[in-house]
Amino acid sequence: MIKSYKLRRTLSNTFIYIFLSVMAIIWVLPLAWLIMTSFRGEQQVYINYVFPKTWTLDNYINLFTQADPSGINFPRWFLNTLIVAIFSCIISTVSVLMVSYTFSRLRFKSRKKIINIAFILGMFPGFLTMVAIYYLLDVMGLTHNIVGLIVVYSAGAGLGFAISKGFFDTVPRALDEAATIDGATRNQIFWKIILPMSKPIIVYTVLTSFTGPWADFIFPRLLLGDSVDQYTVAVGLWKMLDRNNLETYFLQFCAGSVLVAVPITALFLKMQKYYVEGVTGGAVKG
Amino acid sequence: MNFIDYVQLNPFQKFFYNLKEFIVNLPKNLVRFFKFIALKIVAFFIGVGKAFKFYGVSFVKGDWSTKISYLIMGFGIMVKGQIVKGLVFLAVEVAYFAYLFGFAWQYISKITYLGEVVSPAWYDDWGQKHNAVTDDSMLIMLYSVMALFVTVLFLFLYITNIKVNRALEERRANGEHINSIKEDISSLLDGRYHITLLSLPTVLICTFTVMPMIFMILIAFTNFDTHHPMGGLFDWVGFQNFADVFWDNPKKAYTFQNLVIWTLCWAVIATVSCYIVGVIFALMINKKGIKGRSIFRTMFVMTVAVPQFVTLLLMSQMLSDGGVVNVILRELGWIAQDAQIKFLTDPWLAKITVLVVNLWIGVPFTILSASGILMNIPEELYESARIDGAGPVVTFVKITMPYMLFVMTPALIQQFIGNINNFNVIYFLTAGGPDNPEMYNAGDTDLLVTWLYKLTVDKADYSLAATIGILVFIFCATLSLITFNMTKSAKNEEEFS
Repeated sequence: MIKSYKLRRTLSNTFIYIFLSVMAIIWVLPLAWLIMTSFRGEQQVYINYVFPKTWTLDNYINLFTQADPSGINFPRWFLNTLIVAIFSCIISTVSVLMVSYTFSRLRFKSRKKIINIAFILGMFPGFLTMVAIYYLLDVMGLTHNIVGLIVVYSAGAGLGFAISKGFFDTVPRALDEAATIDGATRNQIFWKIILPMSKPIIVYTVLTSFTGPWADFIFPRLLLGDSVDQYTVAVGLWKMLDRNNLETYFLQFCAGSVLVAVPITALFLKMQKYYVEGVTGGAVKG
Repeated sequence: MNFIDYVQLNPFQKFFYNLKEFIVNLPKNLVRFFKFIALKIVAFFIGVGKAFKFYGVSFVKGDWSTKISYLIMGFGIMVKGQIVKGLVFLAVEVAYFAYLFGFAWQYISKITYLGEVVSPAWYDDWGQKHNAVTDDSMLIMLYSVMALFVTVLFLFLYITNIKVNRALEERRANGEHINSIKEDISSLLDGRYHITLLSLPTVLICTFTVMPMIFMILIAFTNFDTHHPMGGLFDWVGFQNFADVFWDNPKKAYTFQNLVIWTLCWAVIATVSCYIVGVIFALMINKKGIKGRSIFRTMFVMTVAVPQFVTLLLMSQMLSDGGVVNVILRELGWIAQDAQIKFLTDPWLAKITVLVVNLWIGVPFTILSASGILMNIPEELYESARIDGAGPVVTFVKITMPYMLFVMTPALIQQFIGNINNFNVIYFLTAGGPDNPEMYNAGDTDLLVTWLYKLTVDKADYSLAATIGILVFIFCATLSLITFNMTKSAKNEEEFS
C-alpha cells in the first residue's frame, strides 16, 4: 500500500516536472529568440531557417553609432525615457505617499467621502480622455516634448493610493500616539516615524512608477506626434518596425529591445516580492 | 434556500448558486445602483440647500463686519484681528474677478455657440489668399471648463470666509483666544496637516484627471471631427453622436455592435482562460515535493517583467506570414513549402491568435498572485482535513478552490475590466487588423479602446472617440461598483477562516 502510494507520488511528480519544463521552455522561447536574433549577422528580416549562420555584435554597435536622417536615434530615446522615468517616479512617489498617509492616518471632515471619490476616480483609465489631455497640454505648450509626458504620468499618481494605504493601515497607531504624547507634530510623525518604517512600500512605489514610462506606448505616441528626437524607447522601437524601416532596422530593434528589457526585468525580479504582497494584499482588502 | 442549506452546498454548487443569484439579481442591483446614485444627487442638492440656509442665517445673525464680508471677502476677519488671513481672502477675491472679467469672460460668453468666423477669407491685391480668421472652439470650451473649476474653488473660499467670520465672532463672544498668523501656519503642520498634504495632489488630479473628463464629455456633444480641424470652429450637436453609434448611422452602429460583442467575448475568454491555466500552473509549482520552484517561477515571471510592447511586437513579427513560426512549421513539414498560416491576417484565426498570445502574457500574472495566496492558506486547514481522512482531491475541492475563489474574486473583476481596456495585446499584435471594410475605420480584432485610439490618433474623429470613451467608462464603472458592493456583502456573509 505504502509502496504504491510512493510510486504514485513519484509518477505524478515526474509528470509535473516534465509538464512544467515544457511549458517554461515555451514561455521563455520567444525571449530566447529575441536575444538570438539581436546577435544575428544576416541582415534580412525573414530568413527561412531558425538558427543564425553568423553571429555579430554589430546590431548593438550600430544602434549607438549610426546617425540616421529619418531621426532614429536610440541613445537619445533611452536618455529621454530615463529622464521621464526619474522625474515621474519622484513626483509620483511623493504624491502617493502623501495621499495614502493622509487617508490612512489623519482624521478630518468628510474623509470617507473623499476616499470614495478618489477611489472612483482611480478606476478611470486615463487614456480614455486622451483627446482632452492632448489639447490641455497643447495649450500649455507641453506637447511634442517630454515635459508633457512627465506631467501625464505623475499628475494622477495620487489616485493609486490603495496599496500603500493598506500598508500604512498595518503600522500600529500606538506609535503615533506615543509620539504625539512626546510632543511631535503630525508633520514630524510623518517624516521621522512613518516614512523610515515604510521602506517596502516606498521601494514598491518607486519601482512601479519608474518602470511605467519604459513600457507605456499610448501617451508618448499621442503627445509626441512626429517629434522623433523626443521619443521614448517604446514609441521609438515601434517606429523601427513600421513598413518603411522594418527591412533596415529589424535587427537593431531586437538589440534595442534587449537593452530595454534587461534592466527592467532585473528591477522587476527584485520587486517581485513586493509585487506579490501588493497584489494579494490589495485583493484581500478589496 | 436558507443559510443552513447554503452552508451545506459544496463549493462548486456554492459558486454556481452565487453566479445564478448574481444574474437573477442583476436587474435588482442595477435598480438599486441607480437609486443609490439618485439618492446621492438628492443629498447633494440638500447639501447645497443647507449651504444657502447657512448663507442667509449667517447674514441675519452676523455682526456688521461679517455683513460687509459678504461683499468684501476677508474684511470682517481683518477687523476681528487676523489681518494677514483677511488680506489673503481679499487678494483671492480681487484675483478671481480680475481673472473672470479680464480673461475668462471673452471665452465664456461664446460657450453657447462655440465661436464664430471673425473675418472671412479674402484675397489681397496680388491675388494672394488670406485664410479666414475664426475663433478656436476648443479654446472656448477649455477655458470655460477651467473657469468653472476656478469658480467652484472661489465659491468654496467665499463660504469659508463667512464661516471663519462666524467662528471668530463666537470665539470673541466666549472670550477665547484668537489665533495669530504664526499659529495658523503651524497648525497646517499638525492639526490641519491633511490640507497641506492633500492640496498639491488635489490640484494635479483636478487639472489632469477631472478637467479632461468634463472636457471629453463636452466634446462628445459636438461635431469635432476630421472636417473640423484643431484650432477651428465646430458646433454643438446634442445627442447626435450617441444616436449615430446606436442606430442613426448604419455603418457606425454596425461597427459599434460588432466591437461590443467582440470586446465582451474577448474579455470573458481572456480572463477565464488566464485564470484557470494560471491557477493550474501555480498549483503544480507549489505542490509539495516539487524542487526548483523559484527557477520555474522566475522563468514564467520573466515574461511579465519584459515590457509588453517588446514581447508583443516581437510576437507579431514571429507570427507574421513570413515569420519564424511559419518557417519552423515548414521545416517540420507540417505545412507545404510555399504555404503559410495566416495567424494575424485571417479574421477568425487572428482572434484565436490574440487569445492564445494573451494567455502567454496573462498566465504569469495569475501565477504570481495565485502563488502568494496558495502560500497563505493556513496549513492547519490541510492538516486537520488529512487527519479527518481527506485525500488530495477532496482537500483541493473543499479547501484550495473555495479559498482561491474567495480571495481572488476582486482581482478577477479587475482583470476583466483590464481586459476590456486591453490596448497592448491587440494594438501591437494585429493593430486591430485585418481591416474590415464593412466597419467604420475598424478591423476584425479591434476592441472598443483600440478603435477609440485609432479614431483619435489616426483619423482625428474626436467626437466619436469621446462618445465611445464615455460609453466604455460608464460600463466599466457600473460593473466595478456593483461587483464591488456585492463582494463586500458576500465577504460579510461567509467570512472564510
